[in-house]
Amino acid sequence: MTKATITVNGKPVTAEIEGRTLLVDFLREKAHKTGTHVGCDTSQCGACVVHVNGVAVKSCTMFAAEADGAEVTTIEGMAGADGSLSAIQAAFQEHHGLQCGFCTPGMIMSASALLKENPKPTEAEIRHYLEGNICRCTGYHNIVKAIMAASGQDVTSIAAE
Amino acid sequence: MYAFDVTRPKTVDEAVAALSQEDAQALGGGQTLIPTLKQRLASPSALVSLTGIEDMKGVCQDGDTLVIGGGTTHGTVASEGGAYPALAALASNIGDPAVRNRGTIGGSLANNDPSACYPSAALASNATIVTNSREIAADDYFQGLFTTALDEGEIITSVRFPIPQAANYQKFVQPASRFALVGVFVSKHADGVRVAVTGASEDGVFRWSDAEDALSGNFSPDAVDGLTASADGLMTDLHGDAEYRAHLIKVLTKRAVAACQ
Ligand SMILES: Cc1cc2nc3c(=O)[nH]c(=O)nc-3n(C[C@H](O)[C@H](O)[C@H](O)COP(=O)(O)OP(=O)(O)OC[C@H]3O[C@@H](n4cnc5c(N)ncnc54)[C@H](O)[C@@H]3O)c2cc1C
Ligand code: FES
Ligand code: FES
Repeated sequence: MTKATITVNGKPVTAEIEGRTLLVDFLREKAHKTGTHVGCDTSQCGACVVHVNGVAVKSCTMFAAEADGAEVTTIEGMAGADGSLSAIQAAFQEHHGLQCGFCTPGMIMSASALLKENPKPTEAEIRHYLEGNICRCTGYHNIVKAIMAASGQDVTSIAAE
Repeated sequence: MYAFDVTRPKTVDEAVAALSQEDAQALGGGQTLIPTLKQRLASPSALVSLTGIEDMKGVCQDGDTLVIGGGTTHGTVASEGGAYPALAALASNIGDPAVRNRGTIGGSLANNDPSACYPSAALASNATIVTNSREIAADDYFQGLFTTALDEGEIITSVRFPIPQAANYQKFVQPASRFALVGVFVSKHADGVRVAVTGASEDGVFRWSDAEDALSGNFSPDAVDGLTASADGLMTDLHGDAEYRAHLIKVLTKRAVAACQ
C-alpha cells in the first residue's frame, strides 16, 4: 500500500492505494464521488470518463497511482457551487439527452472535452467523438442534439424529441 | 487483477533498471495492458509506468523523417503529426478520444496486435523502431502474432518514419472493437511502393508484395485489378472468413491508391 493524493474537483483527497487500484475505484470509494459509473470495466462504454489534467480518459483503464498529484474533474465538478447546471447539463435536460441516466456522466464529460477542442462541432463530428460512449436507451439522437444546443447552435431543424 | 506495484521513473535509464527486476513489465497508456491484467492473462510483480518520461514524448521532424517518441499518445500524433498526414489520420481513427488520450505508439508496436493500425504504418513506411539499446528496421521487427524483435525489458524510445511522397491508410472498421477488420497502408517512396496489411493474417501484419510490384510500375488503382490476394493463412472469425478478408485487402488497396491520387 502507498499513499496517493489526487485533487478531485478542486479538493485534494489523500488515501491508501494498491498498485492495482483503478482511478475509478479511487474516485468512487476513496473520494466518495459516485457519479462516475462503471458500465463495462473493459474500456468500451465510456460511462467512467473523467478529465485528468483537463484531458478525457476512461477512469476504469488508468491506475490511481498514475494520477497521483493530478487534477481530476468528475461529473460532480460540472455544476456550479450553488448546484446550478452547466450549459451542457442544462441542454441534456432541456433536450431529453438521457433516459435511465447511466451513461450520462460519461457523455457529459466527453461532450465537454469535445467542446473545448471544437466549440461548434457538426453533427458528424459529435457522433465521431462519441464513438467510445455507449448508451443503451436513447438512440443517441437527443444526446447529439443537446450537445449541438449547448454549443449555441440552432437545433430547431433537427427532428424528433 | 493480481497484486503488483506501480513505479513511475522519470528517465529511460531508471525505467530500464526497474525493468531488470524479475517479472517487471512496462506500462504505456495501459489501454491494452490494463484490460489484459483484469482478465488475469498477465501477472507482473511490478509495472514500470513510462508515462512520466518526458524524453519519450512528442513529435518532431528531422529532414524527411518524422520522429515520434515511444510514449507519445495517439491523440498527440493525430494533432501534431501533420508532416505525415496519412499517419496523423491513422492515429486520429484509433479507438475513441479517451483511448487516444492514453494509448501510445510504443505500446501499440510492442503489443503487435494482429488487428492494430500502427504496425501497418510502420511496415509500409519502412520505419525504424528505436529502443534503449538499438535500432530495428520494421522488416525485422514484426515476427508474428503479438511477437516482435524486442527483448525482455527493452523499451521503444522512439519511432522514425521516413515521410513518403504519398501515402494513405484504409481501415475497414470492426465496429464493436473499433480495431481494423482489415486495414491496408499504402506508401509511395522514391525507391518504390510498399503495401502493408493488418487485421487479416494469422501471423499479424505483412507486406503484399504482388501489389507492391504492380504499383511500383504503375501507381494507379487499375494496377491492382489483375491481382488476387491469397486467402491462405488469413484469419477466419465471426466477423469475416479468410476469403472475405482477402477480398477486402484488394478493395482497400485500390481505395488507398485512389486516395493518394
Ligand atoms: C476501446 C479500444 C479501442 C481500440 N481501438 C484500436 C484501434 O482501432 N486500432 C489500434 O491499433 N489499437 C486500438 N486499441 C489499442 C490501443 O491503441 C492501445 O493504446 C495500444 O494497443 C497499446 O498502447 P498502450 O500505450 O496503451 O500500451 P499498454 O497497454 O500500456 O502496453 C501494451 C504492451 O506494450 C508494452 N509496452 C508499452 N509501452 C512500451 C514501450 N514504449 N516499449 C516497450 N514496450 C512497451 C507493455 O509492456 C505491454 O506489453 C484500442 C483500445 C481500446 C481500449
Ligand atoms: S466502465 Fe470504463 S469504459 Fe466502460
Ligand atoms: S440513458 Fe440509459 S444508457 Fe444512456
